Amino acid sequence: MQSTTHTERLGRTVLRLFSAAVLVFLVAPVLIVIPLSFNESAYFSYPMSGFSTQWYAALVSSKDWRLAIVNSFVIGIASTAIATMLGTAAAMGISRPSFPFRSFIMPLLISPMIIPIVVVAVSLYLVFSPLGLTSSYAGVILAHAALGTPFVVITVTATLMSFNRNLVRAAASLGAPPLLTFRRVTLPLIAPGVATGAVFAFATSFDEVIVILFIGGPEQKTIPRQMWSGIRDQINPSILAMAALLTVFAIAMFLIIDWLHGRAASASNNNN
Amino acid sequence: MAVGSEAKSMPQEGRNAYRAARRSEAMRSLAFALPLLLFLVAVFLYPIGALLMRSIQSDDVAAAFPRVSAGLAGWSGATLPPSPVFAALAADLAAAQQNGTLVSAARRLNNYEPGFRSLILKTARRLPDPAAGPVEQAFVDIDHHWGETETWRFIQRASARITPDYLLSAIDLRAGPKGLSELPPDQRIYQAAFARTFLISGSVTLICLLLGYPVAYLLATLPQRQSHRLMIFVIVPFWTSLLVRTTAWYVLLQPNGIVNALLAQAGLTSGPLALMFNRTGVLVGMTHVLLPFMILANYAVMRGISPTYQRAAVSLGAHPAVAFLRVYVPQTLPGIGTGTFLVFVLAIGYYITPDLLGGGGDEMISQLIAFQMDRQLNWGLAGALSVYLVLLTLAVYFVFNHFVGVDRLRLG
Amino acid sequence: MRSQRTASRAAALLAAGYALLALPAAAQEKTLNIVDYGGAFEAAADKAWFKPFAEAQGVKIATEQYDGGVAKLRAMVEARNTIWDLIDLETNDAITACDEGLLQKLDPALLGDRSDFIKGAILPCAVSSMIWSTVFAYDTSKMQTQPTTVADFFDIQKFPGKRGLRKSPKVSMEWALMADGVPAGEVYKVLATDDGVKRALNKLSTIKDRIVWWEAGSQPPQLLADGAVAMTMAYNGRIYDAKKKENKPFAIVWDGQVYDYEWWGIPTGAKDKDLAEKFIKYASAKDNIWKLSNFISYASPRKSSVEAMNKAVLPDMPTAPDNFKNALQIDAEFWADKYDSINSRFMTWLGQ
Repeated sequence: MQSTTHTERLGRTVLRLFSAAVLVFLVAPVLIVIPLSFNESAYFSYPMSGFSTQWYAALVSSKDWRLAIVNSFVIGIASTAIATMLGTAAAMGISRPSFPFRSFIMPLLISPMIIPIVVVAVSLYLVFSPLGLTSSYAGVILAHAALGTPFVVITVTATLMSFNRNLVRAAASLGAPPLLTFRRVTLPLIAPGVATGAVFAFATSFDEVIVILFIGGPEQKTIPRQMWSGIRDQINPSILAMAALLTVFAIAMFLIIDWLHGRAASASNNNN
Repeated sequence: MAVGSEAKSMPQEGRNAYRAARRSEAMRSLAFALPLLLFLVAVFLYPIGALLMRSIQSDDVAAAFPRVSAGLAGWSGATLPPSPVFAALAADLAAAQQNGTLVSAARRLNNYEPGFRSLILKTARRLPDPAAGPVEQAFVDIDHHWGETETWRFIQRASARITPDYLLSAIDLRAGPKGLSELPPDQRIYQAAFARTFLISGSVTLICLLLGYPVAYLLATLPQRQSHRLMIFVIVPFWTSLLVRTTAWYVLLQPNGIVNALLAQAGLTSGPLALMFNRTGVLVGMTHVLLPFMILANYAVMRGISPTYQRAAVSLGAHPAVAFLRVYVPQTLPGIGTGTFLVFVLAIGYYITPDLLGGGGDEMISQLIAFQMDRQLNWGLAGALSVYLVLLTLAVYFVFNHFVGVDRLRLG
Repeated sequence: MRSQRTASRAAALLAAGYALLALPAAAQEKTLNIVDYGGAFEAAADKAWFKPFAEAQGVKIATEQYDGGVAKLRAMVEARNTIWDLIDLETNDAITACDEGLLQKLDPALLGDRSDFIKGAILPCAVSSMIWSTVFAYDTSKMQTQPTTVADFFDIQKFPGKRGLRKSPKVSMEWALMADGVPAGEVYKVLATDDGVKRALNKLSTIKDRIVWWEAGSQPPQLLADGAVAMTMAYNGRIYDAKKKENKPFAIVWDGQVYDYEWWGIPTGAKDKDLAEKFIKYASAKDNIWKLSNFISYASPRKSSVEAMNKAVLPDMPTAPDNFKNALQIDAEFWADKYDSINSRFMTWLGQ
């Protein structure tokens, strides 16, 4: 018995050390970007040659970067709005037990998440270009909206599955019209799920580079597109400054999601 | 099911009404998903279908050379085609040059035999005058290739509107007069590339599982508040832009980068190791990007597993390790399945990370598809490579759906 | 209460969405869309030509970067949706694009005195913007002995370390043959044969496991700076830029340099042909064309520029007599004709 607890304790220690190493592996590269963005040299060189905020200044003064930041939010918000509306509606159908052809329709709905992105990008170029949708905001927004929908479908479906359908029936039996029931009963309950899905959809668009590379034009530069050309076509440490800002942004995203989860947990407390 | 047996006991009329009600209920459910379905068909599924169809379409030559295509339809290929076909070629070349279809036809033929493009363009520039004498000789004078049956066989083959050629060349096969054969070894490229894509994705999945499973286990078994605090180490990288992380590795893995500096300081290496522009860089970068998926998928399942069974096994005398392997691990299979599926499916479509951190020998299929479109504008081959990649992805999806179930896919 | 707020928020999002779809129409300012090779070249061109032109004309200039090749241009023209108004090309691409009708014929009247251009600097569809060269460079602080010839690039015994090469058969194949003993004058004659291609690939195979492939012109200075390679193929202007702006201890080996013209062309179907023509007229003018050399060591194709140019840059120009001793002009006709076939062999070799 004693030897068992001894092995157990040893195993636990090894597990903790191993996990600590893995977590450091995960987070260190993300954080290291922050000090590196203050490097003086015009190349990504190490050791750092001196402290400078010039790359942040370059970021602010470059019209390309400014355009990219605005574009990323514009495209992200617009495509998220489309994805969230379509995805939430679809999830409300899918989560019903009566939903037909589920095994056929589900793969279609989540295909934007699993089809290799290069295939998507090349296909969109093939079809969008003759329609004049390449090098246009509309084309990029539609494409990003499609890529974001599976996340909304999955998160909202998951929320709906764990939610008490009797509440809707109760509202209906009390004579509430369906739209009112949706607004007053369903939506508040699934709101955390919808919001989580929307955050995922936004992040998908915000981080997407390959579709933009293929179908975006000079006017549709986004932050990832600008970073890609920063690392490929014009090596420029401004991208480290941008990377540092995005890391801070990611931490903010974590806090938002965390807060939403907290709300979700309190909303469906009886289910857990 | 209970409702179903209830329906059985109903009279015929009631059963029909019940079925109708169920059908209309099903239609109402479907109606909710319809806007998304139509949207996806229009901006997603149709374009992908169009690209995949490109792998078997071959309209360029038939469109540019209608007379030659008709003339070659019944040609046996044993000897040179008859002289009306040569005359037809002269007429077609002139017409194609006028209506702008010449170049795409020339490029289509160039897929069979490098040099065809310049042969066609050159011939079109110095078209023989039909009145000047025997047209066959005039063509042969422009280029000796016109006197070879093989040249005409290629044109005949390319005139077919549906072709298996792209799908064959995407796996290094070709169709000759004697059936299918493999390309000579020095021209094979895609079989190895598919194998490499599979190998890299498989390795990354395995590494992610080996690294991620223990971490998920620790997080799931720690007290809630502690695990919640540690979760930030997983979530923040997860939310950080892919390009930020790849850029970070680009800086870290350089010969004079931080990793090499640390290794040298620790006395582990005498000179800088080559960590990027090779397989190491690809594996490190991809593992870093995909590991959070593995951890989160396993964590979600492990959190719901009660420790009671494992404790029971130990109290009945099983060694903790045995109890873990025989009792705990089987309960986590859905998590392993989901994590493995996500990581593998995302990995086989990877493009950015291998492109920035890999070397010449690490190209994945995605990069080759992009190359065919971006550099060669060979839609047929890009489509054919996509067909295989999509089939591979779907196969992985159906295996996952069969063993684990897509409903288990959870995020966040 | 909350649901109402959510609904009004959704409505606001929807409205924002529609407003955004209409956004491109709202942008009234004229824009010249230029695609070029990016990096230090674009930075120099921006100062020499783009900014002054944009200010003089009251227009906006939007740039995009590419790494050469005509596939993307072809895709645009075939789809009848040309996004670029002006394209920066290498010679073989300019010839191919013109042959295939991807570029518009250029009005010679735009160029003024045509006899002022050096021989071969005007094509039916394009006009030369500058002369640049592919050379190889190394970091003097890290090399014990200084390499001097193109054969040294392939000598991994004497000069150990990685090599950077452009992921293209152009110039790599020429250098392989020159290093294998083919005189500069016969390189293209040998390369035109099947055995010549094999010979070049075999020579490249001797260093294949040491090669780091790059695609964009800004990569080689970065590769040298972070020590990823000991020597690298590079565009001479990019190395000049790194030396001048960053004081990097880089040196160029001019032996075996392969020089080429760079071109401006107007894609077929360009949305603003007039503006693109105005730009070509502006940037090719006697008083403006040489200004690029104020910012990067690329030579002007106009004879009159020799007087105007900044003399301090002259020794760094590909055309300086000391640098020009064993120079090879790229045979653009050769590459326009053979690029596809040699490239497919090259890419297959690369993938093995």
